[in-house]
Amino acid sequence: MAEIVQEEGHKGKGKRKAKKHGTHIDMTPMVDLACLLLTFFMLTTAFNKPKVMEIILPEKPKNNEKPPELDKDRALNIILVENDKVLWYVGMAEPGKQLAEADFSKEGIRKILLQRNKELYTSIAKQTRDLTVGKLKLTRDSAEARIKRYYKADKFGPIVLIKAADGVKYRNLVDIIDEMAITNIARYSLVDINPVEKMMVQAHVSSKPSATAIK
Amino acid sequence: MGKIKIAVKTPRIDMTPMVDLFFLLLVFFILTATFRPEEAAPIKTPTSTSQTPIPDGHLMTILISKGDKVYFNVDNGTDSTEHIRAKVLQAFGSNYKIKFTPKEIKKFEGLASFGLPAVKLKDFLNAPDQKTREAMQEGIPIDSLDNQLTMWIRFARTYNNDLKVAIKGDGDATYPVVKKVIAILTDNNVYKFDLTTDLKAGIAAELPAEFIIK
Repeated sequence: MAEIVQEEGHKGKGKRKAKKHGTHIDMTPMVDLACLLLTFFMLTTAFNKPKVMEIILPEKPKNNEKPPELDKDRALNIILVENDKVLWYVGMAEPGKQLAEADFSKEGIRKILLQRNKELYTSIAKQTRDLTVGKLKLTRDSAEARIKRYYKADKFGPIVLIKAADGVKYRNLVDIIDEMAITNIARYSLVDINPVEKMMVQAHVSSKPSATAIK
Repeated sequence: MGKIKIAVKTPRIDMTPMVDLFFLLLVFFILTATFRPEEAAPIKTPTSTSQTPIPDGHLMTILISKGDKVYFNVDNGTDSTEHIRAKVLQAFGSNYKIKFTPKEIKKFEGLASFGLPAVKLKDFLNAPDQKTREAMQEGIPIDSLDNQLTMWIRFARTYNNDLKVAIKGDGDATYPVVKKVIAILTDNNVYKFDLTTDLKAGIAAELPAEFIIK
C-alpha cells in the first residue's frame, strides 16, 4: 500500500504523462470498519471479573463434641428482618428482651459494630493507613499476616452471630457479611434463628406498628 | 510564462500505520474476548466492597435465581483434556440409571450452567436451540426427598479434588433457599466457599465521622 502512494508521488512530477490515476485504494471504509470492530470488542471484553467474598464456616461438631462456649457478654446477635432492617441485642436470648433496630447506612449497624470493635478496628485501620502513607513498609503477605494476628489476639471485640428471618433477601446477607469485613470483626458466624428470638422479633414488630416511622 | 504552477494537492495522510495498529488491536481484542456463556437464568449479584477476584479455574458454581431456583455449573477443567463435565455427567447419569450418548456428553461439555431434574436431562441435551433449553430450566430439586444438588456436588468433587465452590445468588433470592444451599454444602464437608458479588461503585466504605482515621 505504501508503494502505491509513492508511485503516485512520481506521477505528480512528470507533467507529460497521461493523467492516469494509480490504483489508489481508498482505505477509509476499511479504517471505519476496523475502528468499529475495535470499539465493539473493547467494550464487550470483560476486564473486570466478578469479585468474591470468602466465607469459612465452622466444621460441624462431632457426635461427642460440645460446641465451644461463648462469652455471653461478647455475643452480639444480629437478626436480619425484612425491608432491609437489622435488629440486634447483646447476650443471651430471653423472652421479653428488647431488640434495638438499625439499618445498613453508615450510622446504622456499622456504627454499632465499630463502637464495640473499636480497639481492633483502630489497630488495623492504623496499619492500613501507615501502609498507604508509606510510614510502614511491608509486603502484602506480611501485612495480611499481621491483620490475621490481630484477629487472633482479639480478646474484647464482639463475637457476632448473624441470624436471618425467613423473608430476608440474599442481598441483606451479603450486606451484613460485608459490614463484618468493613468493621474488621474478628469472629462472626451464620447461625439459625431460634424460637425465642422469633418471639422477640414478633414482640418488637408488634410494639412498633408503623414500620416506616422507625429510624 | 506562468509555467511554474504549484500543483494544489490535497494533503494525503498515509493511513497505513494507523490501519496496521487498528488491526493489531482488533486481533488482540478478538482473541482475548471471552464471550459470556449461555446462562441458565439472569442473575444480578449483590454488591460488596470485597476486591478479591473470582478464582480462575476449577470452580463449581451454585446459582440461585430471583425465583429461588437453583442451578449448577462446574468447570470442564483448565484444559480440554480433563473432560471433567463429561465424567460428572456420566457418573450422575448412572446414579439415576440414565445412559448418555457421546453426542449428548459432548453437548453437555459445551454448555455452562444448567438447572433441571435428572429425568429431563436427556431432552435438554437434545433440544434444538437455546430458546427451548431456556424454557426447560426449572431448577435442580434440593428438597430432602430428592436432593439432586447434593449428587451434583458429590460427583463434581469426586472428579476434581481441588474444586473451589462459589455461590452466585441473585440479590432478590430469599434467605431460606440460600440457607438450604449452604446446609447442603456443609453436609458435603464444604465449609469454605465464596459468595460472588459485584464491586460497589464507591470502593471505600463510608464511616461515621468519629471512626475515620487520618
